[in-house]
Amino acid sequence: MTDKDQYKIRKEPFYQAQGKEVALYEAAYVARLPVMIKGPTGCGKSRFVEYMAWRLGKPLITVACNEDMTASDLVGRYILEANGTRWLDGPLTTAARIGAICYLDEIVEARQDTTVVIHPLTDHRRTLPLDKKGELIEAHADFQLVISYNPGYQSLLKDLKQSTKQRFTAFEFDYPDAQLEIGIVAKETGTDEALAGKLVKIGRTARNLKGHGLDEGISTRLLVYAATLIKGGVEPRDACRMALVRPITDDADIRDTLDHAIDATFA
Amino acid sequence: MSEAPTAYEHPLMKGYREQLSCGFPQVAEVFEDCMAEALSVLSREGIDAYLEYARFLCKMGRGVEPVLIFLEEWPTIATTLGESALPAISDFIRKMWKSPNGRAIVPFLQSLAATSRRLHSQEQMQDYMNLALAFMERTTGSIHGIHTTFASPGLPEFFTHSPYLLNQVSIAGLKNWVEYGIRNYGDHPERQQDYFSLQSADSRAMLQKERHGTLLVDNERKLDLYLRSLWQTDAHFVPYSLKFDELRKPIPYYDQLGIRLPDVYDDLILPSPPQGEGESDRLPAGEIVISGLDRYRAVLAHIVGHRRWTTAIFADNYSPFQRMAIEFFEDARVEALAMREYPGLRRLFIKLHPKPVEDACDPESTSCLRHRLAMLSRALLDPRHGYCDAQLLDFTQRFHDLMAQGESSTEAIASLALSYVAKTRRQSDQFAKVHFDNTEVDYRDDNRHLWRFHEQSDDEEMFDDHRKIELEEEELQGLPPRHYPEWDYNSQTYRPDWASVYEALHPKGNPAHIDQLLIKHAALAKRLKRMLDLLKPQDKVRIRYQEEGSELDLDVALRSLIDFKSGATPDPRINMSHKTSGRDIAVMLLLDLSESLNEKASGSDQTILELSQEAVSLLAWAVDKLGDPFAIGGFHSNTRHDVRYLHIKGYSEHWDDEVKGRLAAMEAAYSTRMGAAMRHAAHYLQAQKADKKLMLILTDGEPSDVDTKDERLLIEDARQAVKELDQKGIYTYCINLDPKADEYVADIFGKQYTVIDNIQRLPERLPQLFIALTK
Ligand SMILES: Nc1ncnc2c1ncn2[C@@H]1O[C@H](COP(=O)(O)OP(=O)(O)O)[C@@H](O)[C@H]1O
Ligand SMILES: [Mg+2]
Repeated sequence: MTDKDQYKIRKEPFYQAQGKEVALYEAAYVARLPVMIKGPTGCGKSRFVEYMAWRLGKPLITVACNEDMTASDLVGRYILEANGTRWLDGPLTTAARIGAICYLDEIVEARQDTTVVIHPLTDHRRTLPLDKKGELIEAHADFQLVISYNPGYQSLLKDLKQSTKQRFTAFEFDYPDAQLEIGIVAKETGTDEALAGKLVKIGRTARNLKGHGLDEGISTRLLVYAATLIKGGVEPRDACRMALVRPITDDADIRDTLDHAIDATFA
Repeated sequence: MSEAPTAYEHPLMKGYREQLSCGFPQVAEVFEDCMAEALSVLSREGIDAYLEYARFLCKMGRGVEPVLIFLEEWPTIATTLGESALPAISDFIRKMWKSPNGRAIVPFLQSLAATSRRLHSQEQMQDYMNLALAFMERTTGSIHGIHTTFASPGLPEFFTHSPYLLNQVSIAGLKNWVEYGIRNYGDHPERQQDYFSLQSADSRAMLQKERHGTLLVDNERKLDLYLRSLWQTDAHFVPYSLKFDELRKPIPYYDQLGIRLPDVYDDLILPSPPQGEGESDRLPAGEIVISGLDRYRAVLAHIVGHRRWTTAIFADNYSPFQRMAIEFFEDARVEALAMREYPGLRRLFIKLHPKPVEDACDPESTSCLRHRLAMLSRALLDPRHGYCDAQLLDFTQRFHDLMAQGESSTEAIASLALSYVAKTRRQSDQFAKVHFDNTEVDYRDDNRHLWRFHEQSDDEEMFDDHRKIELEEEELQGLPPRHYPEWDYNSQTYRPDWASVYEALHPKGNPAHIDQLLIKHAALAKRLKRMLDLLKPQDKVRIRYQEEGSELDLDVALRSLIDFKSGATPDPRINMSHKTSGRDIAVMLLLDLSESLNEKASGSDQTILELSQEAVSLLAWAVDKLGDPFAIGGFHSNTRHDVRYLHIKGYSEHWDDEVKGRLAAMEAAYSTRMGAAMRHAAHYLQAQKADKKLMLILTDGEPSDVDTKDERLLIEDARQAVKELDQKGIYTYCINLDPKADEYVADIFGKQYTVIDNIQRLPERLPQLFIALTK
């Protein structure tokens, strides 16, 4: 059998709660309700799930979804071997068998036919049919399904089906408010709050441009990157350009404006 | 002065006078003064050359002016350029003299001191003269091919304006500007004069283009982004021009209609880092450059500061001095608050703020209040101001103490300003002569928003509001034209702001007419519908031969397995997957509505216009079914000054009676200036958020217009427009109804076109084409 422990999170991840989400998640877990976390990229969704898995002492299996992903990538498939074919469980199947929290990150990236396979796992049945193998798996008592997605930039074509959405309880995450975000950046990287404050300030200037040429602003994750670079001795303005501005845009006007915001923020 | 050699004259001076030997009495009058100056700056040989050349000018038969100007100006010019510049200049003058352009000599000489100050070196002066020479050769006597009989009409104007021109543009820019004028007005004496005397609009536009510096129009988006991202606000920008009045420079300001900003800011180059500069700059010592863009940002930061933190106060109770002081203090306050948000702003403000020298103003003779306030203002901004005046230091401290408590307020800062005026008052503040030097803070607005006046009654305000509404209505009815450049293939350059496009709503007819057309084509519509259903998103495509896929492709897998068992290398691509075709296309249909559409289509009793109408109705219906964002515009033109763009359907409008009504009223007239219409339509399409942007152009002939003799010109311009659109991510496609289109359509659209020779089938072909294009 698969070794559960390899999916356990050993060390407490740092997670700064923004509200009551920890308690609410615990309640959802007790009832084994599926959870959906909405929010922009890099705002702490994955970190939250990781933290909760640690807190609950359960294994965590994370799948980063993408558009090439198919149902077989989740469930499993036959593979060719020297003397015939052999079945290989996919991550969803593994999680259901061993009783892990299965986290499908950025689920809308996956194609719609893919998402349908999770349906039977999300209602009272808690089963997973492996059609090709002719097996029906009963999910382990500890199993829970968590999905995340970013409602911000997807096109209409990429939205989750209503029938899928209706199967989840949901959290709506966003970038934390300035004070909290400063705390996160400082704690996560060990920089002082003054510097973290400047980074957060720059992050917020970019978020103001959402819908005006930027699909998304600068994420908390990128702020953490910038702080890490500065910690490592990179000149702050260079670090900001590299970690905050260049990754998010190819639009020269926006780049110029954000570069100016960096200059204006550092005295 | 009296007539000359009455009394004693120094023998040396007498010798010079003889050397010059010029009989004009006006020369005699100024000779001694000129010589005095010449002797102080020219060498011995220089003096000889000076007199000798003056003598030539005196005798060349163009009156007294040339020699007079030369005598007066040369010493100054020689100090700027060096006296060795004379041979080249005299050579140039000689050339003008020998041509029919003698009349240009005086303006040339008259402007020479100023131009040499601009040009600064003999090499640059040589460039300038070469430029003028080429100008002269190309515009002299070129009218109707008659040889060298007429003088260049533009040359004297050019010389007259050259100091101004060189103030605006580099020699290279000047050259382009001249080139443009000669090319377009070489054989129009009057228009040439208008151009070179900066009278004509395109002359100014062209000059503007050649200017160094940052144009507001080029940077509106950046500034808009600046306001949004750093200040979470937005504004309408209204440019004003600094260019043609050099004396009184307008100052930025804002009101309900927007923020007024200069149309262009030059980069500012400061000779050396001002003292008190914070950290060391990355630039090489000796030069600090503030880009035009940053100057705009500084103005905006200042104005945003006012918009956030200033509340207007009553002006009536204050003297002009008090108001001036209040303005300086309030400006400093809002900047202090802005710098709290963005500390880096201080660097920018400090660079732009003047730094008056402490004892530059003499209070015995001059009103120094302005000077004192400018110093104080500097001190409030710049911790390293280095001033020593006790009162200045005291008030700087009080200002900072006040600000340390919070945001303070306009009221509170005004009372600090008043006590400053009271404390530092001087009798001489009343003097008429005001020390102005180095006291203007040019990134600050004029503070008109700061003041309220008791006497303005409600009635007046209401009147103003009323007027505003009227104005807005007027604007809606007749939008001002938008100007677009046009490509001149001869010179491979753009003619800036060449075509004026007026946009208007297409008049409305009876929408039922369009419904009838659709009924007429019901069978066709049915067929189209089936094709459309295929196009709709979510239809899956199977992709076979995938190494990684969603499912095993049994056929392939078996074959592979057999290969494998029999010892051959199996094909590992045994899976297949499915793909959904996403659809994210915005479409613009641009209709040629020129006169020729009124002709009957060959082999039909319908006009091309009628057939187009049917086709467009079907297409619009089809696209509406698909749900792609879709707009329709029509165009025609009557010279470059009057290109009309008729709005038929906008992206936000539905395929409803309003739109059908406009389609029903479609009419054809005038000519086809295609490039301008495409650029204008692109403007809307570009603003759409879509992966793919498609512009369909439905036309029945080649681009042409009544004011353009050269057929190639508008074809080449349209081709250029296609290139521009391509760079903007817009795919253009032409549906051409002209059977002879092959001669030109590929030149414009490359491979992106179809010629429909059987126009009767247009209603069927147009939607099909669209479907094929977007599959
Ligand atoms: N609330 C939070 N507590 C701790 N770290 C956070 C928090 N939010 C964001 N981060 C930081 O941002 C990074 C990106 O967060 P992540 O959870 O990966 O984003 P998401 O899954 O939303 O795209 C994390 O690695 C962490 O450094
Ligand atoms: Mg994540």
